[in-house]
Amino acid sequence: MGRQVKFVQGNEACVEGALYAGLGFFAGYPITPSTEIAELLSARLPQNKGIFMQMEDEIASICAIIGASLTGRKSMTATSGPGFSLMQEALGFAAMAEIPCVIVDMQRGGPSTGLPTKLSQGDVNQARWGTHGDHAIVAMTASNHQDIFSVTVDAFNFAEMYRTPVILLFDEVLAHMRERLEIPSPGELPLVERLKTGVPEGVDYHPYLPREDGRLPMSDFGGVHRYNVTGLFHDMWGFPTEDPKIVYGLMRHLVDKIEHHVDDLTRYREYFAEDAETLLISYGSAARSALHVVMNRRQRGERLGLLELQTLWPFPAALVRQKAEKARYVVVVEMNMGQVLQSVKAAVERPDRVSLANQVDGTLITPTSILNILRIIQGRGV
Amino acid sequence: MATKDYIRERFFPHIWCPGCGHGIIMNALLHAIEQIGLKKNDIVMVSGIGCSSRISGYLDFHTLHTIHGRALAFATGVKISRPELTLLVPMGDGDALSIGGNHFIHACRRNIDMTAIVMNNRVYGMTGGQYSPLSGYGTYATTAPYMNIDQDFDVVQLATASGATFVARSTTYHVHEMTAILKAAILHKGFSVVEVMSQCPTYFGRKNKEGSASDMMEKFRARTVPLGSKKKQEDPTLIERGIFVDKQMPEYCEEYQKIIGRAMKDK
Ligand SMILES: Cc1ncc(C[n+]2csc(CCOP(=O)(O)OP(=O)(O)O)c2C)c(N)n1
Ligand code: SF4
Ligand SMILES: [Mg+2]
Repeated sequence: MGRQVKFVQGNEACVEGALYAGLGFFAGYPITPSTEIAELLSARLPQNKGIFMQMEDEIASICAIIGASLTGRKSMTATSGPGFSLMQEALGFAAMAEIPCVIVDMQRGGPSTGLPTKLSQGDVNQARWGTHGDHAIVAMTASNHQDIFSVTVDAFNFAEMYRTPVILLFDEVLAHMRERLEIPSPGELPLVERLKTGVPEGVDYHPYLPREDGRLPMSDFGGVHRYNVTGLFHDMWGFPTEDPKIVYGLMRHLVDKIEHHVDDLTRYREYFAEDAETLLISYGSAARSALHVVMNRRQRGERLGLLELQTLWPFPAALVRQKAEKARYVVVVEMNMGQVLQSVKAAVERPDRVSLANQVDGTLITPTSILNILRIIQGRGV
Repeated sequence: MATKDYIRERFFPHIWCPGCGHGIIMNALLHAIEQIGLKKNDIVMVSGIGCSSRISGYLDFHTLHTIHGRALAFATGVKISRPELTLLVPMGDGDALSIGGNHFIHACRRNIDMTAIVMNNRVYGMTGGQYSPLSGYGTYATTAPYMNIDQDFDVVQLATASGATFVARSTTYHVHEMTAILKAAILHKGFSVVEVMSQCPTYFGRKNKEGSASDMMEKFRARTVPLGSKKKQEDPTLIERGIFVDKQMPEYCEEYQKIIGRAMKDK
């Protein structure tokens, strides 16, 4: 089968990516601007023996996908700010019990009901720290529909590879904007399937005993191995424990399995970053405007560059430090009060050189606005 | 298979207080499972958080100990993905009907084939004796030192009104009856709710001066009657036991298979 070309919304690009990755179960609750994902999947999933469920709320939705994932199905839910808030406790359960799943947050203006049909990138830090307790998490984004497709595939791969929930942080502009999408032919993008245990029936299987490489082979619920899954700190059988040594070991494992693989988990794009005197760092729909500015200014000979982050968590600090090394000005372009700005400042050698070009009125920051802010930062005035 | 073969001895002793009713329910449930002849690999037990919910850890099934109130939502994801599995969902009264009340009514309505067991001790045991939505007006709790003024739910009426296709009630005093009811509930195709009146001597018993565990169970004997008994007409405060609803309705997983059939035709 060749490549299929479609003209789609970002929501649909995400759906196509999820189906390409092998999505087998979706549960969700309607909320703007993610609703189209549920609508599309209610039609598409059962065509391939997949399952779609509209649940009573977002809490039930994320719980159902965790349950389905335990039986071996690749599972996903999709929501926006208010629903993402409701999901936080169960998200922590998935992190603690190490159940692969994908959660899409089509960000809209917040806090609270905020701006239902308008854009923001205000959930970046909620994705990192929304659930209580120390933990590591993977969160990704993209700025165009082709990349939405591919990071969605990455999200499913990472979820399986690292046995973790993965958050896709897109936004309202991407969700509803239409753009060309070329769907890769089957087999073109690598897919990570669930690592299943080779322990035969009747032999003691330890669901929470990591292999040498840190990975945990799984056994499907309903299969030949019976074990316990809990959100409490647990031993290698999955049984609750308060033994300080085991508690510490599990905490280290949960954090290290992600933080030790930042390179593998990092996806990004760069445009003229190497010799940039002014380096923009952006992501999601804001990166579209940032890219526009860079292309436009380069034509006039200005040394502007863009580092577009696709993996936001774990934060690719080493990459950011290296790319920002030679820049005189580092400017973070984002649609919030400076959520990625904090991480960039912490990553670079000279945080005093890092500034924020943001917009928080529900509309997309324009290239002109970015340019005006840049001129001020560079001391040139508007 | 003997009932002890369903137990994970490795994880004993259990956390329950002496006299707690939850162990009696576990015992009756295992007898029901044994009588049906279910294989351990065919059973998935999903529980929430509470003293009651610890039951899942002790049993040698596929066990999922989740978060407070959400067991039915997790169980729904498991069941629809693997409809051939038998889903058992034990919950505390607070777990099932306070924080989990929304999931409870919607699972009833959906009629997905699983058995919800409400281990009703009328108190939040695990957190130390606060009143639950099942405590009822006039009771005492660690958060109701002057008296509880919250009205309670009738679990049977709530489940019935929400559309559960099998609804029953028993108590820890009536172990044989409870076993028979649990057996019927598991065999029922559709969403089954079994309320089991259970005792928490440590908190509900102490706060309400109900005496020892056996005194509390004696009260279950004295204050309940079989469904349809004449005594209930004479004394309406008596609580009825038995099977209140047992009907057939389209089951969710089977209906979803039909949806797949339709979608594949349309493809
Ligand atoms: C979201 C959340 N809120 C509160 C708690 C604290 N909590 C744990 S168990 C419980 C109530 C237990 O009562 P019940 O469900 O009746 O079970 P029992 O212990 O009586 O068997 C509460 C409030 C929690 N674990 N999670
Ligand atoms: S506190 Fe009550 S419910 Fe919990 S184990 Fe003790 S007796 Fe049972
Ligand atoms: Mg209780």
